[in-house]
Amino acid sequence: MTPATRAEICAVACAEVWRGDGEILASPTGVIPTIGARLARATFAPDLLLSDGEAMLGRGTWAIGERPAVIEGWLPYRAVFDLLYTGKRHVMMGPSQIDRYGNANISAIGDYDRPTVALLGVRGAPGNTVHHPTSYWVHRHGPRSFVAAVDMVSGVGYDRAAAAGPAATRYHEVRRVVSDLGVFDFATPDRRMRLVSVHPGVTVAQVVAATGFELAITGEVPETRLPTPHELELIRTVIDPRDARAHEVTG
Amino acid sequence: MTEAEVVAELHSGMTIGIGGWGSRRKPMSLVRAILRSELTDLTVASYGGPDVGLLLAAGKVRRLVYGFVSLDTIALEPHFRAARQSGSIEVTEYDEGMLRWALYAAACRLPFLPTRVGLGSDVLRVNPLLRTVASPYDDGEELVAVPALRLDAALVHLNRADAHGNAQFLGPDPYFDDLFCMAAQRAYVSCERIVTTEELTATAPVQTLRIHRWMVRGVVEAPRGAHFTSCDPDYGRDEDFQLQYANAARDATAWAAFRDRYLDSDEAAYQAAVAT
Repeated sequence: MTPATRAEICAVACAEVWRGDGEILASPTGVIPTIGARLARATFAPDLLLSDGEAMLGRGTWAIGERPAVIEGWLPYRAVFDLLYTGKRHVMMGPSQIDRYGNANISAIGDYDRPTVALLGVRGAPGNTVHHPTSYWVHRHGPRSFVAAVDMVSGVGYDRAAAAGPAATRYHEVRRVVSDLGVFDFATPDRRMRLVSVHPGVTVAQVVAATGFELAITGEVPETRLPTPHELELIRTVIDPRDARAHEVTG
Repeated sequence: MTEAEVVAELHSGMTIGIGGWGSRRKPMSLVRAILRSELTDLTVASYGGPDVGLLLAAGKVRRLVYGFVSLDTIALEPHFRAARQSGSIEVTEYDEGMLRWALYAAACRLPFLPTRVGLGSDVLRVNPLLRTVASPYDDGEELVAVPALRLDAALVHLNRADAHGNAQFLGPDPYFDDLFCMAAQRAYVSCERIVTTEELTATAPVQTLRIHRWMVRGVVEAPRGAHFTSCDPDYGRDEDFQLQYANAARDATAWAAFRDRYLDSDEAAYQAAVAT
């Protein structure tokens, strides 16, 4: 078996965000997080619920671009909203900008009234972040994605939730950020982003240089774990046999 | 009714809600009829897709109320991008769930509905008219009060309907079409095929009848009326045509040619042009 690629390491790092979550809906966006969620359920998080990306909950493990063989529930958009307000969900979104407190932007780059780049709109990010755990996947880690301040707070970070009061902090949790360079969390006294691990082949200096704010770095930074042989086989033969992951992360 | 008859009941300056989601089951034949009309200065509320893009491109929109605008398989709607980046429209950008709450408040004839959604986000910064409300109970939580979004008209596209306005979705998701209808003074349903009431439940369960005649003012039979958005199971999204649309939208000359070829005549001509 050839060694794990960066994309495969990232997929496993994404899978890890759902470890221990139990019987909740895992909602990934993007190819690598989708591989991660299906991998997590196929291995160490068997109770997770997964949507087919349309309106069905599927059982089993199915490939990127395909549909689940067994449907276990109906989950139209209205039911997703109902479910997320109960808190039984952990979403992984793909922001264009993220800052040191985990504020995330998927709406617009630049001045809001006349943005230089109009993106999708805030979508469900404001609601997701104040109702249940949120993680982020940034496929291109650089000073333009890891920024000092995001232009339009769509997903709420720790400082903004605290400023908004108890109704905002009550169910708020930004669990982890995974990028193509490393893994990050907010396990610091002031809830600033901390470097948890660097992917094999990446240096701490590289991560620091690619980040537009000061990261919390405590002690020796470990390497992100490698996929197990079983995980690699699942990714390569069952979940992503057509290698869609290589389009999101190269190397 | 015909598309033209629906549009004749609409007025400039109205607030119009459009059903569907992204590039899925949009009432496109009604949107195309609006493009050909004199209507202008509209406030449009939508889980937006090419419905929003086309209305923006035609200069029909004063204010847009949305949680997102996307073509699904093409993430960013080019006309929406252009309108936002030129600052040519007013916008009310909500979280998707806030838009649902705004419509539900209107349907329930309430002034607002409370939620956590929006707290801490810039949705409150860019919508300075949004207010918060304190819980009157012991928790004392300060919540966002999403104001009712009362629609003058709603436009939705369903798979089947009877002539009375009972309408049926046969695809995977009803989206929020029933809510748009209930939030509106007048709701108009276009559908792939008008059938007898008996036929509606002959081959599909009664739970697929999400739109009821009390919600609906008029029904339009519009075969392939959602084109080029998806209308499962009758047809999927026309991805080739959507790509052609998106590419044309990025260039003024190409867009003029697209309009001339597909949009400037009538629905029959549109359907004939896209079939070739």
